[in-house]
Amino acid sequence: MHLMYFTEQPMSAYPEQAGKDFGATALMFSNEHFDPVAGSRLYNEYLEHYKLAEEVGFDGIMLNEHHNAPFCMQAKCNVFASILAALTKKVKLVLLGNPLPLADNPVRLAEELAMIDMISRGRLVSGFVRGGGQEQLAAGVNPAYNRERFEEAHELIIRAWTQVGPFRWEGTHFQHRVVNPWAVPLQKPHPRVWIPGVLSKETIIWAARQRYPYIALSTAIDATKKIWELYDSVAAETGYTAGPENRGYLQRCHVAETDEKAMANARQFMWMQGEFTGLAHPVWSTPSGYFSPSYRKAFVEFAVGRGANPRAAAFEDQIRNQQIIAGTPKTVIPKLRRLLEETRPSIVGFWASDGFVSNADAITCIKLLGQEVLPAVREIGKELKLLSPFEAVAPVSIKETKGPAPAAA
Amino acid sequence: MTVTSPAVWTTEEIKLSGLTLRVRKAGAGSPLLLLHHDVGTLDRLPFYDALIARFTVYLPSHPGYDGSERPGWMRSVRDLAVLYQALVASLELSQVTLVGLGFGGWIAAEMATMSPQAFRRIVLVGAAGVKPVQGEILDQALVSYIAYVRAGFEDQSLFDGLYGADPPTPLLEQWDLNREMTFRIAWKPYMYNPALPHLLGGVRSRALVVWGRQDKVVPLECGEAYARALPGSRLSVVEKCGHFVDMEQPDALVKLISEFTAES
Repeated sequence: MHLMYFTEQPMSAYPEQAGKDFGATALMFSNEHFDPVAGSRLYNEYLEHYKLAEEVGFDGIMLNEHHNAPFCMQAKCNVFASILAALTKKVKLVLLGNPLPLADNPVRLAEELAMIDMISRGRLVSGFVRGGGQEQLAAGVNPAYNRERFEEAHELIIRAWTQVGPFRWEGTHFQHRVVNPWAVPLQKPHPRVWIPGVLSKETIIWAARQRYPYIALSTAIDATKKIWELYDSVAAETGYTAGPENRGYLQRCHVAETDEKAMANARQFMWMQGEFTGLAHPVWSTPSGYFSPSYRKAFVEFAVGRGANPRAAAFEDQIRNQQIIAGTPKTVIPKLRRLLEETRPSIVGFWASDGFVSNADAITCIKLLGQEVLPAVREIGKELKLLSPFEAVAPVSIKETKGPAPAAA
Repeated sequence: MTVTSPAVWTTEEIKLSGLTLRVRKAGAGSPLLLLHHDVGTLDRLPFYDALIARFTVYLPSHPGYDGSERPGWMRSVRDLAVLYQALVASLELSQVTLVGLGFGGWIAAEMATMSPQAFRRIVLVGAAGVKPVQGEILDQALVSYIAYVRAGFEDQSLFDGLYGADPPTPLLEQWDLNREMTFRIAWKPYMYNPALPHLLGGVRSRALVVWGRQDKVVPLECGEAYARALPGSRLSVVEKCGHFVDMEQPDALVKLISEFTAES
C-alpha cells in the first residue's frame, strides 16, 4: 500500500461570519480577510506537520493547490513540493496536482516538476487536475476549453520529459518554437502520474485510457465502486486488467484520544459550510463549458437556486457513508478495513484535519495515525493483496507498458 | 414603405464552411441582416413583427447558439464575422442593411471593417466590441443566466412578459449553451477587440449607433466611442431603456432604423 498524509492547508484565520454574510467563500470573497501574519504562522505549522508525517511512517505527502479561497492556502503546489524535496528524505511527494488548464506555459511546468524530481532524488509523483470551476475565472482561463487545454498540456509535458529536444510544438492552445528544457526528470521514463477526481466520468475514462491511477476524492463507498466499475471496463477495452495499483482514495479521517474529541474535531471537515472546497457560489463554481455536458441540467438548476448542489452532503450522511471517519484508532481501523475490502485501493490518502482543529490536535492526530492506524492498515493491505504501483512495479502509463518502471538513480 | 402579409417566417438551412446554418427569413422589401444578442433570441418578438413590415429580414442563429451547429474550430468573433460575409454572398444579397444587437452589434462592426462599403446601412444597437474607458462591460461569467438577461432590461416587467418571471429550465439550458459558445469566441479580451476602434475609421457605409440610456451591460460610453470612430455616424440614445432596445423599445428602434434607411 501507499499511505499518504494530506491537509488542505486551511486558512482558518479568517472571520468565518464574513464568508457567511457574503454568501460564498471563493473567487470574489475579498482577500481583505486574509491575514498574512496568521498565514505565515500556518504555513510554518503545516511544514512541521509534513515533517512529522514522514517521521511517523507515512509513505507519501499529498499536496494540492487552489486559488482565491480560504479552504486551501496553497496557491502553488510546486512551491511546497520544492521545499519538501529538500526538507524530507523518504516520502514521495505526490502532487494532486498541478491544474494544467491554468498554465499558459506547460513547458515551464515540466521544468519545475523535473527540478522537484531531481532535488528530491526521484520522489515526485506528478498528478494533474483540471482545476475547479471558479479557478478558471481566478486565472482568467477559458472554461469552455478546460478539457482541451488539460489534454494538450499533458501531452506536451510528457513529451518534454521523454523526447530528446529540441523539438517544436504547434498545438491548438500552446505553441512553442523550441522545446528543449535543460531540466529533465530523474525518474525514467518519467515520474508517475496519478489523476484525482470527484465527479466527472470523462476524467475517469481518460485516466483509465492512460493507465494512470485514479484517486477518488472522498466519494461515498457506493459511488467509489461505480468509479471502479467504469475504470475497470475502460481498462479492459484498452487492453489491460486494472487492479488495486490503479486505485486510490482520499479518506477524511481524524483520530484523537477519545471518540468524542475526534468527532468534535471531525465536524471541522464541514467548516466550509458543507462543501470541502468552500461555500460555493452557484454561478462561479460551474462556469459554462467547464462541467460535463451530462450534468448540464443539474448545474443549470443549481446555478439559479433551483436544485441542490450536486457536490454537497450533510455531516451525518458523510459519517454514515464513511466519507468522513473519526474516532480513536480502535474505532477507525474497522471502518478503514471496510473501505479497503469494499473498494480495494492500494493508494490511500489520509486527510487528517481541517478548519479550526488546533495545532496540538492536528499533531496528535498525525502521531496516532502513524503509531496505530498505518501499521494496521498495512496489515490489512497485505491480507487483501493491495499492492501499490511501486510494489506492483506497474508501468507508468499505457504508452510505457513495455518500458521500465520509474527508477531513481 | 412596403406593406406585407402577416408574419410568415421560413427557415432555411444553409451550408457554409462545412456548417449547417439556420437562417430564418420573413417580410418584404430591401434586405436586412439582423444579428442577435449573445443570449440568443426568442423566435417571435414585437420588434421582428414591426421590422418585417418594412424589410426582408434575414435572422441567422449564430453557429453554436439556439440549437444551430457548433463549429469546434471557431475561436473568435472575427471568425464569425467572416462566416457571415460568406452568408451574405451565399444568399446573393446586395445593398444589405446590417443591424446588430448587443453582441450581434460587435459582429456587425467587424463585418463593416472587413467590407468598408458593402453595406447599404449599418445600425449598431448597444454593441459590444469596444473597450470602455470609464466603466466595464458586464461579465456574464459572474452572474446567473437569469440575472444576466434581467440586467439587459430597465423595466423588469418586460422580462417577465417575454420569458416568464421564473424561466423554465430548458430555456436556462439553452442560455447555458449560448453562454458556452460566447466564451468559446469572446472570452479574452472579454467582449471587445482592441483593434476595432482603429479599423472602424475606414468604414464607408453609413452607420447609426443606438443605445439605451440605462444600458447596464455595455456602457453608453461605448456608443459614444462607436459614434466617434465611425465616420459620419451619429448616436441616438433611447430613453427609459436598458441594453435590449429591441425588446424594451421596439417601436422606437424600428422608427430609428426606418428613418435612417429612408434617408438619402
